[in-house]
This record gives sequence, structure tokens and C-alpha cells, in this order.
Amino acid sequence: MTTSALKSAAPTGKPAPGRPPAPVGARRPPTAALSFLAAAGLLVSVVTATLFGSADIHALDVVSTILRHIGLDSLAPTSPLPGLHDALIWESRFPRVLLAAAVGMALAVSGAILQAVTRNPLADPYLLGVSSGASTGAVAVLLLGVGGSISLSTGAFAGGLVSFGVLLVLLGGGRVASPSRVVLTGVLVSQFFAAVTSVVLMVSGDANSTRGFTYWLLGTLAGARWEGTAVTIVIILAGVAAVQFFAPALDAFTFGWDSAETLGVNVTAARVWLMVLTSVMTAAAVAASGAIGFIGLLVPHAVRILAGPTHRSLLPLSAIAGAVFLIWVDVFARTAFAPHELPAGVITALLGAPAFALVLKRLES
Amino acid sequence: MGRITTTRVSWSVKGHRLLDGIDMAAPDGKTVGLLGPNGSGKSTLLRLLAGLRRPDTGTVRYDDAGLHDLGRRVRARRLAVVEQDVSAHHHVTVRQVVELGRTPFRGRFDAPSEHDRRIVDAALERTETSDKQHRGWHTLSGGEKQRTQLARALAQEPREILLDEPTNHLDIRHQLELLDLLAQLDVTCVVALHDLNLAARYCDHVVVLDRGRVAAGGAPEAVLTPDLIESVYGVRVLVDREPATGTLRITYLAATADRAAARARQPDGPQG
Repeated sequence: MTTSALKSAAPTGKPAPGRPPAPVGARRPPTAALSFLAAAGLLVSVVTATLFGSADIHALDVVSTILRHIGLDSLAPTSPLPGLHDALIWESRFPRVLLAAAVGMALAVSGAILQAVTRNPLADPYLLGVSSGASTGAVAVLLLGVGGSISLSTGAFAGGLVSFGVLLVLLGGGRVASPSRVVLTGVLVSQFFAAVTSVVLMVSGDANSTRGFTYWLLGTLAGARWEGTAVTIVIILAGVAAVQFFAPALDAFTFGWDSAETLGVNVTAARVWLMVLTSVMTAAAVAASGAIGFIGLLVPHAVRILAGPTHRSLLPLSAIAGAVFLIWVDVFARTAFAPHELPAGVITALLGAPAFALVLKRLES
Repeated sequence: MGRITTTRVSWSVKGHRLLDGIDMAAPDGKTVGLLGPNGSGKSTLLRLLAGLRRPDTGTVRYDDAGLHDLGRRVRARRLAVVEQDVSAHHHVTVRQVVELGRTPFRGRFDAPSEHDRRIVDAALERTETSDKQHRGWHTLSGGEKQRTQLARALAQEPREILLDEPTNHLDIRHQLELLDLLAQLDVTCVVALHDLNLAARYCDHVVVLDRGRVAAGGAPEAVLTPDLIESVYGVRVLVDREPATGTLRITYLAATADRAAARARQPDGPQG
């Protein structure tokens, strides 16, 4: 949705006032216009996505319900809905749409960061095994005791951090590695943690919980409820805001770490912080929705083509585009084959695998 | 303002002493050539000068300040480094590469200012890359990449530039153009070079490294003698002046069969 909105804006893009009419500005729509369009697209997506579902509810009623619940009763255009519909929108659909937005945001931004930190255009939290490690952590905590949503997130966080650490160690302390080596190492880490997850599931879970977890591991937003979702959204928004702080460092990584160091960047600190923030965001996303793949690959590449590789614009635009993307993937997942639901991760993989092939082709050219 | 001095700088890795008691000085605004065979420590010394590695012993000073007393950003505002054979992991334009040179001057959330733009324009102009500024880095030739990196270095408004074999992979014309440009700049340049004739022609001073030690240092005419070249490179040479231009000319005759014998023949040895 945003992608098409952004594309239609491209031909009309003109250089921002005050800037000389440099061809760069003329070739690409200005960042401010893109950001505005993207933000508008996100708002519209959140409301319209809430309309989709089994019960037929009018758009204005949806807007009213949301406004009433956030304390803006006076702005609500229609009278309150009956309790059942109100609950359906506020307790079920709306948190689910917001969770989709947050998870999409986290995965897209994590992908953009991992691509810069590993200096590899094929990096993605799912492909590098960070999602897989986070799943292992979450499953381990849930099945081996402790319990509760906070500790599930903590488990996912620890798992994500451990798998990222293992990845970096296998890559030789994070020295510059070839793209194929990074991806193959990611496959290795991913497979290993997937195997650990399976072992934990088989040994500790009964048939029911195994089935539930297997579905969750494929990546689904079906479990969205306010209590868990609110925490997830806060963590992810904080993470997305914090990584913006490192935008110049990420740009400076273009020619490697030594080069960044000579540009005045504290490379070690930046890499440690980015690793922690990426793990936190990915872990929060995985804890809430399982492992949804390829968003971190698809979205940043699309945004780079539209708005260029500069992280100052790439990070926020990826965040919004990732949010919109997953919102609509989830709408498709829950409505296309209703009453059956598809896991969102299955759909992103269907779209992501061809995109991976395209990026690979572009990389080789 | 722009003097680089090292005092008894040594550096080892895994018990191997790669640099041993290096004393050298790059006077303000001069071009200093770092010479020596592969493995003599040129790149390692440049990395220490750049602050990418900390010497085990000894000091590196920029004017009167110790290198590691300067903050990262402060250092990046006066010292630019042009590395050898760098590659980008995603598609960037020439202009975006040059804009990286403004990193140490910009706040974390700032867009490039009008001032930044003017400096980037000037750097592109200076390196004759203005017409290529919207080209992708991946589409550039070796010479264009090297000039783009130099433009990025100039955008840092440096007082000193360190360059690691910048003429590698360049055709002859681009080699000459690049070194001409360096010689014109009012910036102290320390440049690692392989080509002794280029060093003789463009450098105000040369420092010859041999297995991690300074074999000789000074004006090219004084340093680049047949004896020294034979002892360090293991090559017999003829050194004379090119009749038309009067520049020092080094003609390679043959590799010495026995480098040790050549060393023994030279009276003051490589330690001098």
C-alpha cells in the first residue's frame, strides 16, 4: 500500500526549496514528502485494516470506537457501538493491527541495521538466525518453567542476543566477511537454534502445546491482546527511536570499520549498542508473534531504491514501510481464506524468497 | 600546523615485532613518501599514524598533541585517511561517499548544511569528479574510486592526509594526476608508495622501511642511493638524473642473487 503510494509520488517529486536543483533531488522525491506520505499511509492503514474481519462494521464506527477509547469522545463522529462490536474492535482487531505495525517496524529496522553492521545486503534478522535464537529462548522459558509474558520476552531477548553473539563469533569477531559467508553462517546459526527449539518442544511439550508452538514459530499475530501488545509496542518504539541516534555511524560503515573510525565514529560502542538494540527489537517482535521472516530484507531494499541509502531517512522510512507492510500481510492472512487463518510468516516467506533472489542477482551484477 | 612526529614507535602482533623503534617526522604541508618492500611495515605504520592501532611503546604526535589525547571527532576533523582497495556493501553515489567526509562535523540528527554542501562541491571540483557525482560507486573505474576517496578525505578539511598506496591499480596518467594533486595541496601528506620514481619525483621527504625499521630518511636525492636500494629491496639499480627534466631517475638492473650479501656489503647497514 505505501509502496504504491510512494511510487505514485515519485514522478512529481521536486527538490526541496533552498536546495540547488541538484540531480539527486530531482531523481528522488524529497525525504520530507516521502516521510509525510509514509506516515499518512500508516495512519490510514491502521484504521482501514481494523475494518477487515468477519463482522461488518462501518469505517466511521471504527474511528469513533478508537477515539472514545483514547479519551477523545468529543471528536467521535458517531454514537457508541454495542458492547460486543466495541470489544471486537478495541480488544481484538485494533491491538492486533497495532502489534502488526510494531513487529513490521522492528523487523524492517533490524534488517536495515544488520545489513549495515554485517556489511551485507542479504542480512535479515530471520536469515541470520536472530529470530531463531529468540524463538529458542522464548520456547525454553515457556516450557522449562518460569512463565508469564515478561519472562517470555526476556527469554526471547536472551536467545536473540546469544544467537547474534554466536553469529559474530563464527564470523571471526565481526571482521569483514563476504556476503555468502555471512548468509551461510546465518543458515548455520538458524538451523542450530531451530534444532534446539525442536528438542525442547519434543522433550517438554505435550501434543497440544507442540502444535500451538509450531504454529507460533511460523509467525502469527493471532495472539495479540492488549496486555502483551502494549509492552511490545513501547519496547519497539523506544528501540526504533534509539537506533536513529546511530544513523551517521551506519552511514560511515559503508567502507568498513576502519574507515568509520577515521571519520570520528566510535565503532566499538556503535556496534555493541546496535547489536543490543537489534536484539531487543527482534526479541520483542519474536516474543509477540513468532519468527516472521524476510521483512528485514524486503522493506529496506525497497526503501533504498526509493529514497537512497542514507540511514537518516532509511531508518524511519523503513520503520513505517515495515509497519504498513505487515499490517496488510496480516489482513490478508486472516481474511483471504476465512475462516482459516494463514500464519503471517508463511506469506512473508512467499513474498520474501523471490525478493532474496532479486537482491542476490543485483548483488552479483 | 600539521606536523606529524613519531618517537621510538614499536608494535608487535603475536610476538612478531612488525615495527621497531620508528622515528620519523612529516613537516607541515610536505609530502612524505613511505617506501619499502611488501611486509616492511608501511601499512602498519600508517594504521598507527591513523590511530587505528595503539603503539606498544613510543608516541605519535600531531603538532604538540599526542594522537590518543585527541578525541575521535577532533582527530577526524584534521586527519583524513585514504585506505587501499575499499569496497562498499551497498549502492552509494559518488556524492554520498564524499558527504561521509562531513561526518565528524555534523550532529547526529543534522542534515547536511549549506556549508557542508559547499565543501563537498569544492572537494568534487578539486578532484575533478563533479560530473560523476551522481554515478554509483560500483560503476566507477579504479582511478575514479581513488579520486572519490580523496574527495571524501578533502571534505574532512584535513591538515594531514594518510594514503596507503593510492596509485595501485591506476593507469599512468591517473597516477601522475593524483600525485600532482597531493603535491599541490596545502596539506601534510604521508603516502605509502611502491614506485621509487614516483616517490623521487613527488615527495619532499622519503622514509624507507626495512623489516619494521627505518633504513633511511630524508630528501629523495640523499636517500635513494644504489647501495640503500640494493640492501633494502635486493635489486641492483642505476640512479641518475633524467637529462631533460633533471629529476632523479632509478633504473632497475637486476635482482640481487643474495640479499644478505648485499646487506653485508653496505657499510652502515639498515639500522642507520
